[in-house]
Amino acid sequence: MTTLISDTGTVFSRELRPVLRDPFTIIFSMVQPLVFLALFTPLLPGRDALQWFVPGIIVMSCLFASSMTGSNLLFEIQTGSHERMLVTPLRRPALLIGRALKEIVPMVAQAALIVAVCVPFGFRFDVLGALAGLLILATFCVGLGAFSYTLALAAKNQEWVFWTVQQTLLFPLLLLAGVLLPIDDGPGWLRALARGNPLSYVVDAERSLFNGEIWTTATLGGLIAAVAVAALGVWAGVRAMRRSD
Amino acid sequence: MIQTRGLTKHFKDVRAVDGIDLTVAPGELVALLGPNGAGKSTTLRMLTTLIPPTSGTAEVAGYDVVRHQREVRLRIGYIGQGNGAGHSQRGRDELISQGRAYGLSVRDARTRAGSLIDSLGLAEVADRRVSTLSGGQRRRLDIAMGLIHAPELLFLDEPSTGLDPQNRANLQEHILSLRAEHDTTIVLTTHYLDEADSMAERVIVIDHGRIIADDSPARLKAEHVGDRITLGFDAELDAAGAAATLAPLAPQRRGNRLVVTTQDAPRRVPGILDDLRAAGHPAAEVEVTRPTLDDVFLVLTGRSLREGGAAETRELVEV
Repeated sequence: MTTLISDTGTVFSRELRPVLRDPFTIIFSMVQPLVFLALFTPLLPGRDALQWFVPGIIVMSCLFASSMTGSNLLFEIQTGSHERMLVTPLRRPALLIGRALKEIVPMVAQAALIVAVCVPFGFRFDVLGALAGLLILATFCVGLGAFSYTLALAAKNQEWVFWTVQQTLLFPLLLLAGVLLPIDDGPGWLRALARGNPLSYVVDAERSLFNGEIWTTATLGGLIAAVAVAALGVWAGVRAMRRSD
Repeated sequence: MIQTRGLTKHFKDVRAVDGIDLTVAPGELVALLGPNGAGKSTTLRMLTTLIPPTSGTAEVAGYDVVRHQREVRLRIGYIGQGNGAGHSQRGRDELISQGRAYGLSVRDARTRAGSLIDSLGLAEVADRRVSTLSGGQRRRLDIAMGLIHAPELLFLDEPSTGLDPQNRANLQEHILSLRAEHDTTIVLTTHYLDEADSMAERVIVIDHGRIIADDSPARLKAEHVGDRITLGFDAELDAAGAAATLAPLAPQRRGNRLVVTTQDAPRRVPGILDDLRAAGHPAAEVEVTRPTLDDVFLVLTGRSLREGGAAETRELVEV
């Protein structure tokens, strides 16, 4: 008999298989954030710029990847394989979570790569904290992936809508979370917007966790934001799947 | 195997399916025939749990399609209009993950995939990317995917659309052998008349979301159209005289031709020719036309299926 977990595993391994059979694209996309890191970090003031920036860049690459969950789906909606999967007894949340995980798991490998590259340049991190941080991030990205899936279902007849909405939302989300530049010195309205952005709490949690500060309110805030986004995303995605015709 | 009551689907203001009552017994092979937009695919999508009905009920393989979706999904196979196999995937991988989706163990899924690959003649292409396969190969792979869990009921939505005649014949052969070997109940939609005619024992004609006829192809033709005997004469005078001789058959005369509509024409022709010779109006030529399902559709709706739907209407707009 199948369970939600085995169904998720089926979807996840199906999604991952073409990547494993043809790993060049993933290797290429893994190098990308390193370039970003190399060109951006020297611009940041202060000696512990890496300490501040590395968790942010990990969040960013994870965010880019999971927000793409829907783009692969768009193609499969058009060719017919998504419809075929909807007729199987696979549990609906498994279709969302499995697809999102496929984007996230390579990003965990990427996070390890980023950290490994930065350690010789003086980046210090706490192993346990980093693992907890990645877990929170993965949870958040399952939610984001599910939203991306929902968006693809809503935009299935107009592919450009998917890309427009994805790009329009992604950058404000990133900037308002203080991933690239600190928000603390910004004007009041900007800080107010940042407080309404769930990603802000996740980024704060990542920074404190990578520094080894585990039992903090920042961790709790990040965890709550991530779980809320994941629950909301899966709920919206399953609903969209049931309604879509 | 299938039982629907007043099955209806509205899309905004369009009644795509408008109160369908349908019963399909185990082991039947049924074709839903109708023009594009008649509601065939929408009906199929409701029966396969892809979309919920607006009203009415449907029980498929013993379970309600709204309340027990999972039970229905476990028991049916579905081959849609598109390609079930992902284009970036390998065929064999897709078959195995399809088997996993139905709860087969990895080992069973692998074995089952292997035997379907062999029986559908896919051995050479199963480990290639799906996007490199030909249309016919992809369609066979779709069939294999729909069969991975040996469903008792199989739905096919326009299975042969886009295939060349050879691949169509090949596909029809596979479907028929499936039925012969496993006694699978099969429901397919098509707008190919010959396909419905040659494969199905039961044809359900759908138009504007309603069932307008439901019978075997032979009975549909006999009941609604009948055979046509066209008799040609050397002179119009002969034709007029022949019309009088054949008056009980109610022939229609067009110039020096007579058209008689009847059942079982090939058996009646010799007798008719004898009568005409005896009456001194021998026929110069004779043609027997057996009706097609298109003729049935034409009689039922006043439109031809070949023209692909509604008669063209034009509105004059004055400024």
